[in-house]
Amino acid sequence: MAQVQPNLIMLVLFAIFVNNYVLSQFLGICPFLGVSKKVETAAGMGAAVIFVMSLASAVTYFVYNLILVKLGIEYLYNIAFILVIAALVQLVEMFIKKSSPSLYQALGVYLPLITTNCAVLGVAVVNMQKNYTFIASVLNGFGGAVGFALAIILFAGIRERIEFNSIPKPFQGFPIALVTATLMSLAFLGFQGLIKI
Amino acid sequence: MDITSILYPVLSIGGLGVVFGAGLGYAGKIFHVEEDPRIGQVVECLPGANCGGCGYPGCGGLAAAIVAGKAPVNACPVGGAKSAAAISEVMGVAVEETEQMVAFVKCNGTCDNSTNKYVYQGISDCAMASQLAGGGSKGCSYGCLGLGSCVAACAFDAIHIVNGVAVVDDTKCVACGKCAKACPKHLIDMMPLSKKTKVACSSKDAGKVVMANCKVGCIACRICEKNCKFDAIHVENNVAVIDYSKCKDCGLCAMKCPKKVIHNPRVAEMEAKKAAEAAAAKAEAPKAEEAKTEEPKEN
Repeated sequence: MAQVQPNLIMLVLFAIFVNNYVLSQFLGICPFLGVSKKVETAAGMGAAVIFVMSLASAVTYFVYNLILVKLGIEYLYNIAFILVIAALVQLVEMFIKKSSPSLYQALGVYLPLITTNCAVLGVAVVNMQKNYTFIASVLNGFGGAVGFALAIILFAGIRERIEFNSIPKPFQGFPIALVTATLMSLAFLGFQGLIKI
Repeated sequence: MDITSILYPVLSIGGLGVVFGAGLGYAGKIFHVEEDPRIGQVVECLPGANCGGCGYPGCGGLAAAIVAGKAPVNACPVGGAKSAAAISEVMGVAVEETEQMVAFVKCNGTCDNSTNKYVYQGISDCAMASQLAGGGSKGCSYGCLGLGSCVAACAFDAIHIVNGVAVVDDTKCVACGKCAKACPKHLIDMMPLSKKTKVACSSKDAGKVVMANCKVGCIACRICEKNCKFDAIHVENNVAVIDYSKCKDCGLCAMKCPKKVIHNPRVAEMEAKKAAEAAAAKAEAPKAEEAKTEEPKEN
């Protein structure tokens, strides 16, 4: 089966805005809600996701095409991808801890959280289903992660402001956060159909 | 059924697992970072509130700094002497005695005592309100706005808004200093817990302006300064300030203060007693007065 390579710039924009992993595909909701109380931590999480998601797209591309396809066991992609992502995140964490303590200070706390971020797995699966080339896979992962970072940072900014308002008691905490996320998701719906791939 | 349809998946996924496991194990050795075991021990001695009162990111950050020798063993303001002693045992150094501090709000302009310039109905946050015209709605531009930014900052439920002014609960306060940072008016200071005499005003306005805005504002009359026997209280920038290294907590300034700006629990107690006595005397007085007024008529 021939591999697909769409217009790369359009692919990145599509992943960031139109097909935003959090706001239109509803993947990676857990860290999106959990780590979005402060813009600072949200930015750290976003950066860590960009890093891991790009890397994971690249590695899963090779694992899928060089091992699973060759052996004809494509149906095992879920297990293989989870294995690859978990091991990769561990390795990256160790590497950063040794090579760059300052980067580890910034990203370290969030790296283990990403192991269970379903957006990372989601990107790998999408790359496989769409049969993207290597470059398209990596850029799709990168764009998706930038979309995640954009969504979580915007969301954290809104949540920081909401803190100052007097919210009715039943809405305090997560309920108002969920309402906010819904409204953001509706706003991103406006991008739908803007780019076709 | 072909045996390969079972063998391939098992071997490939199992193989991947083994390769990754071995790789990670090997990487763990290569990328091993030496961590001082004392860091863990010091963390156990700290309160674990992660309040950031020491200026480091959480208790773990402080522990790393203490072990690295960058912070003194008594750097934790929350744990005080207790945690300092435990940490010094781990680190093997002697501690200097630290004075337990407590936060104090230098304003007593409650709703009854102070005036308002206008009615504020915006966001309930002091930093926002203080940026409005005149530094907020309060008549005194130095006074507590009472919107509770300090209350939100406190992790220990030790500060509350009582009648429009923030009040610290000494028994709960751990002097982490978070409320002091949150206050846009810089009204909150850390003061020694042992010293009970405190000036509850920060107004740098001249006496006349203070009089117009607040019943309990410091008017810089210097009566306290003249009465202090220890040279411990001075009026600086139109407000009395106590030097706690000299203050002996005698309470004379609190007694002499015409605006009752200076607080001292002993003086307050004495005055409450006096007031009670005066009330009791008053209750008896009408009878005596009646008797007195009747006497001259007869003569």
